[in-house]
Amino acid sequence: MAYDGIVACAPVTVSYRRFSINSAHWWIGRALHDLTRAAGIKPSDIDGLILSSFTLAPDTAVGVTQHLGLTPRWLDHAPFGGACGIVALRRAARAVQCGDAQFVACVAGDTNHVDSFRKTLTTFSRFAQDAVYPYGSGGANACFALITKNYMNLYGARREDFGKLCVDQRDNALAIPFAMMKKPLTLDEYMNARPISDPLHLFDCVMPCAGAEAILVCREDVARSLHVPFVRLLATIERHNAFPDDPIQYRGGWAMDVDELWQMAGVTPSDVDLLETYDDYPVIVTMQFEDLGFCHKGEGPEFIRSHDFTVDGSFPHNTSGGQLSTGQAGAAGGYLGLTEATRQLTGKPIGHAVKDAKIAAVSGFGMINYDRGLSSGAAVLARAS
Amino acid sequence: MTRPLEPPKRKNPLKKTKQPLYPQSIRSRTAQGLTAAAALGRFELQKCLDCDAVIYPPRDVCPKCLSARVPFVPVRNGGQVLAETTIRTSTDPYFRERTPWRTGLTKLDVGPVVLSHLHGDVREGARVRLDLRLDKGGAPVMIALPDQETQHMADDPQLREMTCDPKFRRALITDGRGAVGQAMAQAFSEAGASIVFVGVADPWKPFPGQDALSKISCVEIVPLDVTDSESVTEQAEQIGGRVDIIVNTAEHVRPGGIMQRHGLTVAREEMDIRYFGLLRLAQAFGPGMRARGADGTNSAAAFVNLLSVHALMNWPQYGGYSAAEAAALSAAQCLRAELRPGGVKVLNVFFGPLETEWFQTVPPPKVAPAALARAVVQALQRGQEELFVGDIAQDIRARLAVNPKALERELG
Repeated sequence: MAYDGIVACAPVTVSYRRFSINSAHWWIGRALHDLTRAAGIKPSDIDGLILSSFTLAPDTAVGVTQHLGLTPRWLDHAPFGGACGIVALRRAARAVQCGDAQFVACVAGDTNHVDSFRKTLTTFSRFAQDAVYPYGSGGANACFALITKNYMNLYGARREDFGKLCVDQRDNALAIPFAMMKKPLTLDEYMNARPISDPLHLFDCVMPCAGAEAILVCREDVARSLHVPFVRLLATIERHNAFPDDPIQYRGGWAMDVDELWQMAGVTPSDVDLLETYDDYPVIVTMQFEDLGFCHKGEGPEFIRSHDFTVDGSFPHNTSGGQLSTGQAGAAGGYLGLTEATRQLTGKPIGHAVKDAKIAAVSGFGMINYDRGLSSGAAVLARAS
Repeated sequence: MTRPLEPPKRKNPLKKTKQPLYPQSIRSRTAQGLTAAAALGRFELQKCLDCDAVIYPPRDVCPKCLSARVPFVPVRNGGQVLAETTIRTSTDPYFRERTPWRTGLTKLDVGPVVLSHLHGDVREGARVRLDLRLDKGGAPVMIALPDQETQHMADDPQLREMTCDPKFRRALITDGRGAVGQAMAQAFSEAGASIVFVGVADPWKPFPGQDALSKISCVEIVPLDVTDSESVTEQAEQIGGRVDIIVNTAEHVRPGGIMQRHGLTVAREEMDIRYFGLLRLAQAFGPGMRARGADGTNSAAAFVNLLSVHALMNWPQYGGYSAAEAAALSAAQCLRAELRPGGVKVLNVFFGPLETEWFQTVPPPKVAPAALARAVVQALQRGQEELFVGDIAQDIRARLAVNPKALERELG
């Protein structure tokens, strides 16, 4: 069923910080504060809330309503890591479309205390506790090192290919004030960076940080009455634990649902003006190029070699720098592409604008439970004509 | 190719002893099924009784058919390494001081894909056998070993973190007067221990086998009487800092239950030697061992208790003896928890009647002291926590698992 008249607006980013002494509640509170300002609504107008955070314990979304003084009639919790932005958008859109809520605030925020990252790793999942963390405690780096190595063996990807993605994204990030990485990156620097977990080196890995992101979902007529710029939602997909029999992950859930995505959106990959992928590691970006239909399976490396991924390039990609440059603000990383694509399509980018951007695709990926990412999702957004 | 271990250099007493660390040892209750298998040196995974799927990581429900009947059973451990990585940065203090550390994903022939430690002789794409071991924290972990034995295989640094190999370690055999202690000294010497201290109470009293014992290479006889707190403490002061493995061979086998005996004299002796003897050794040597669990090639590694399998179920014919063994077993479980933070394992070895004078009237099968000693060394080389030696011990264990009440009736 099409998302008739459902829009996203008021993208918010609370400037990232490497470490924060504040709580996740504080970060989520700032994001919602900025969201109400951007949309021109009062906190009491928020009658729908969907929330993602890794560092909210012992609270859940319910506790947060009282903490923040909100009284929503529709509430959801989206613990999907890097897929949380897409899933939240998808849930919120149907809630608004069906009249369960008028304004659904979609928000993700995490703090990063000095020891948060290690603590998050040790207790991430039961499988992580039983079958991953005791094996060198390399965290997601070690898991993606194996996935990367396998992908390189299978399809002949080289470190230089992944490096090109990182270098181009860094170029995009230089215009983004909240990005953790502020210096240009050269391919030499990428290649010579210190090894983390072979074949991954320093610039293949995101820097954990604190931050929050939010976006508002409502009806188009409501957005118009508020005079807020908005984007139309054309299509979304979502999948969890796809292809469980693949011995190692070489494709994500997108590959199961990609036909439905483009069919529902009524556009094709060649119509897309900018793509925001979930870039926890470059190998996953490469899989998204393939699985979302921008090239065939196994052609990812060649696709990378034949394109320029900067804002002015032949294939504008992760136009705010992606998490590899801005840092990974916990669950907020799952919103980075969504807020950026919304800004680009409404003509209000923080950094450089993609020329004449009409259609954007955004994808998410998350939750390394054992040996692979389990959740995937994607959305196609269109500029309001 | 594994580089053979170098004999450890003499320790510089001015240098700080590295404090023991261990990998995260928290596991789900279901994953403790792996602990049970690893403790016995077995390879077991869950298998669905309804659809035969082999399951890993441990689950409470079969991911193929949603059955909840998923017990741990022995399965074939062959597989192929799909991808490997060398971890160079780790958030965990234990691994941080041991990087680079190799891990990989292995596709088992029986189905699941397993993330495991990699032996140094294992390469990406190679055929391997996965083994379940207990790591420094006593938690179960998988390690991929070469399909075929390789040279100096046991010396691999990652593997050696999971074993208590006597090679280049210093052992204390607490009682060398008996056949078991002497066989143990021989086995440790053959396994490459650098010193085998052998305790003898009242060394001026001659005993059978004395000459042969003193001729075993690396054996050093020391005065030690486990019934004398002063003797134990004194010996710990002398050699405590150099004891990496203790094997408590002090035994006291006397027939009889409760009512055949008059008074408590024999029972007191039994408890004094077996229960209090263990406590004396543990109090005198334990703290030092726990502090030296990460002290290089010859770090403290294991405390071995030799126990009658009747510690698990009383044998009324040797009822008093069984009770003292049960007390020693219970203390050993406590000791295991206390030594675990130091990365020191407690190996409990269960056996039936031994081929010794005090079991003279008991019919075979009986366990020869030399066989017991060889089994102990092998279990240490594998890093096991439990060992059942001989047919009687295996039989009792199996019957206990099926129906403890039947076993109790049948023994009495």
